[in-house]
Amino acid sequence: MRILLTLTVWFGLLLASAASAQSLEDLARQLPEGSFNDRAEVVAKIGATGDDRAVGLLNALGEGELRVREADGAVIQVKGRGSKAVGYDPLTGDELGPVGSGSTESIRVNNSLRRAVRAAIGLLTLSSPDAGKRLAAANTAFAAPDPEQIEALDTAIAKEGDAAVRTAMEQARAAAVLASDAPGAEKVAAIGIVARRGGTDALTVLNPYRGDADAPVAEAADKAIAGIERAQQLWNVGQNVWFGLSLGSVLLLAAVGLAITFGVMGVINMAHGELIMIGAYTTYVTQQVIRTSFPGLFDWSLLIAAPLAFLVAGAIGVAIERFIVRFLYGRALETLLATWGVSLILQQLVRTFFGPSNREVGNPSWMSGAFPLGGLSITWNRFYIVIFAVAIFVGLLLLLKRTLFGLQMRAVTQNRPMASEMGIRTARVDALTFGLGAGIAGLAGVALSQIDNVSPNLGQSYIIDSFLVVVFGGAGNLWGTFAAAFTLGVANKFMEPFVGAVLAKILILVFIILFIQKRPRGLFPTRGRAVEG
Amino acid sequence: MICNLKHFGLGAAAAASLWAGSALAQEETIKVGVLHSLSGTMAISETTLKDAVLMMIDEQNKKGGVLGKKLEPVVVDPASDWPLFAEKARELVASDNVSVVFGCWTSVSRKSVLPVFEELNSILFYPVQYEGQESQRNVFYTGAAPNQQAIPAVDYLMNEEGVERWVLAGTDYVYPRTTNQILEAYLKMKGVAPEDIMINYTPFGHSDWQTIVSDIKAFGSAGKKTAVVSTINGDANVPFYKELANQGVSAEDIPVVAFSVGEEELAGLDTAPLVGHLAAWNYFMSVDTPENDEFIEKWHAFIKNDDRVTNDPMEATYIGFNMWVKAVEAAGTTETDAVLDNMIGVAVPNLTGGISSMGANHHITKPVLIGEIQDDGQIETVWETPGLVLGDEWSDYLPESKDLISDWRAPMSCGNFNVATGKCGGTAAN
Repeated sequence: MRILLTLTVWFGLLLASAASAQSLEDLARQLPEGSFNDRAEVVAKIGATGDDRAVGLLNALGEGELRVREADGAVIQVKGRGSKAVGYDPLTGDELGPVGSGSTESIRVNNSLRRAVRAAIGLLTLSSPDAGKRLAAANTAFAAPDPEQIEALDTAIAKEGDAAVRTAMEQARAAAVLASDAPGAEKVAAIGIVARRGGTDALTVLNPYRGDADAPVAEAADKAIAGIERAQQLWNVGQNVWFGLSLGSVLLLAAVGLAITFGVMGVINMAHGELIMIGAYTTYVTQQVIRTSFPGLFDWSLLIAAPLAFLVAGAIGVAIERFIVRFLYGRALETLLATWGVSLILQQLVRTFFGPSNREVGNPSWMSGAFPLGGLSITWNRFYIVIFAVAIFVGLLLLLKRTLFGLQMRAVTQNRPMASEMGIRTARVDALTFGLGAGIAGLAGVALSQIDNVSPNLGQSYIIDSFLVVVFGGAGNLWGTFAAAFTLGVANKFMEPFVGAVLAKILILVFIILFIQKRPRGLFPTRGRAVEG
Repeated sequence: MICNLKHFGLGAAAAASLWAGSALAQEETIKVGVLHSLSGTMAISETTLKDAVLMMIDEQNKKGGVLGKKLEPVVVDPASDWPLFAEKARELVASDNVSVVFGCWTSVSRKSVLPVFEELNSILFYPVQYEGQESQRNVFYTGAAPNQQAIPAVDYLMNEEGVERWVLAGTDYVYPRTTNQILEAYLKMKGVAPEDIMINYTPFGHSDWQTIVSDIKAFGSAGKKTAVVSTINGDANVPFYKELANQGVSAEDIPVVAFSVGEEELAGLDTAPLVGHLAAWNYFMSVDTPENDEFIEKWHAFIKNDDRVTNDPMEATYIGFNMWVKAVEAAGTTETDAVLDNMIGVAVPNLTGGISSMGANHHITKPVLIGEIQDDGQIETVWETPGLVLGDEWSDYLPESKDLISDWRAPMSCGNFNVATGKCGGTAAN
């Protein structure tokens, strides 16, 4: 039996090597077998077939969607997970019906195999009808210059109608020429083409030629690199400003709720961080419901979660005010201890219901990836968080300055007896104000779930920063919080490249301590009689 | 009155413990201490190990216990509080009279209990990968030393992926600092230029990785293959990998090899941004051996949840427990000195298909596996050392420890013997 098996395998191998030009079907069947390196060769062969169906097959392989059906050893593409898994023919795209769990085995992919897949897809999509795909292919070819692709690129350039794609292809060709053994003059010209692209990609391609044996090539490379680096330095300043704004927006989000409860009402709310965490967990639950019941709505999950998080955290805030804080007004130490207790209770509750480990909150597709802005690369999630933070701030300002509730709130915090005389139900305003601060913390949780771990400890990492921002900005002044958040964010990010993340944080702390010594009321102190009261 | 009450309370407690003691004495059990945090920040990781020890004790009792006696677990909760570890360790050894303790995760907690085990002459099994530079008479280290994890991982990247430029990124505490010091010395010895090494430390729970990732990107644009060696601790990893993915750094371009990311940390995470990044351990749940299948099956049955994963420190606990059982059976007693004498040379099967044995330096031999993270949260082996590697407690790559060895066999019986001066005690910090 064993001998027979060995023979069959042998025979199969012989056959495989005998047929030099194999069909795509044969090659696909070889994908699950052999070492990663053997399979990388199979992938390269698939790429070389030039078959239109190969792109789909390779994409599925790269995404880890290809599986072997255990019943008959066929290679199929499986989309979806668990009970929703559906099989497809990877070559024709025909649906094969649901796939039971355990009836298929995945085809493992590693980095070198993925690199082979990417290169092969690049080669195949150079002549794709979709301009976006051609551009991606040209960029792939640029990042991994291969002299053997020059010919393919030449044909593609000749046919190309889109100017931007054509430029990218020419740059890719130049990079490939640099990697080839073309004469020096041709290489110098190539360096000029690559240098015009600018940015880190071009540096990656050019750097190896700095010390090239061919003197003119080395000189041209040196010059081109110096030019790119000069431009990079300018952009770096812009990059730091952007990173700072982005960090500042996170600080603003975390602190703006506290600016209401602590800044305006004067309640030291140690459970503020946990209200942020509740917001993040609300997002998680919302996403879970959407995933199981309405998968089509996933991209909207954050927009749906935001009002829910506001309501849930706000309701908890109102409850904290009604049942605890209300009895402790004017007794700062007791409030601090009581709210700290509340924070521990909330943490433990979440730990009991959701477990101590991190929960998965997915990024909607519109919040993944980055877009280039000049020499900057701006990530979408950070971009939307900055917008979200500023929107919340503006909304809050309008609420305070332009609505009746805002007026009452300001009246109560400035002079309680007088406001009461005027017929304002101060107790109700207190509860709603605290609820507002808590609700905004919940909104912050929605945003932070996108960039941080959703775990019971989420809140703890933000509570200190929030207090710092509010105290630095001046308690009771929303604009102070705004300015403080962005100042600290930008300062932190400008220091980080020089002194490292640990020291930058320490320096900021020292700076704030010194600043508070000089100006105890922060950047924008609140003036008036209320402060003395 | 208060005073009286206190006395009354103490008396009652003493009576109760006396009663409990006599009741248990009739059953003749061997007590096994479990010193893992069940609350606080480390609870995520350590609770699993507590369950693993309980499962092993359960299994052993089903086989009839040890020396004809049943094993009895004594579980305490040091609550992720380092000084409390020492107190609880003292409580286990001095008042509960346990014969052996399985416990600790962080290096700080281990350092905090060392004097207790030395003073009271008891035994600790430490199951977590650590920075080395230590060898203590009463402690057995079943997790990886740097030469069983970090050095082979660097070798893999250098030889298989052709990496020439290195980012050593870590959380700012003792394990990453020491490991990176060793790695830096090792890389320089291998001929890597100082400008090709970038070292970066971040605070615990760091979540804003924008600057560091863009620095890594810039560092990786020198036209040489670049890799990140990450000793970033637990929770900070997820935002780090997310930022890498968002800024378009994929594992194919700049792979990250992590020493603190295992199956437990990956469970329940969106692993899409992590696919293809590497992890170096001595065990993966995906390892296909009959021993491992059996272990996973028992674990699922014991914890009553088929979704729970197994990880490297659990395997280290498994090995340590079996070694202790074997040594006690060989010694015929649980008395500390006799067990210590019998531990060295004890060999038991590990879960990756080999036989791990205890070296004279109180470290064990294990294979080193490099794996790539898959989208199902598992780690698939892509490379492994041809044989087993013995843990090297004193790094050969650091000037202050290169002359030190440890050998706990008589007549040397020394944890930090300096071969240059021929003296025990050398320059060791411990």
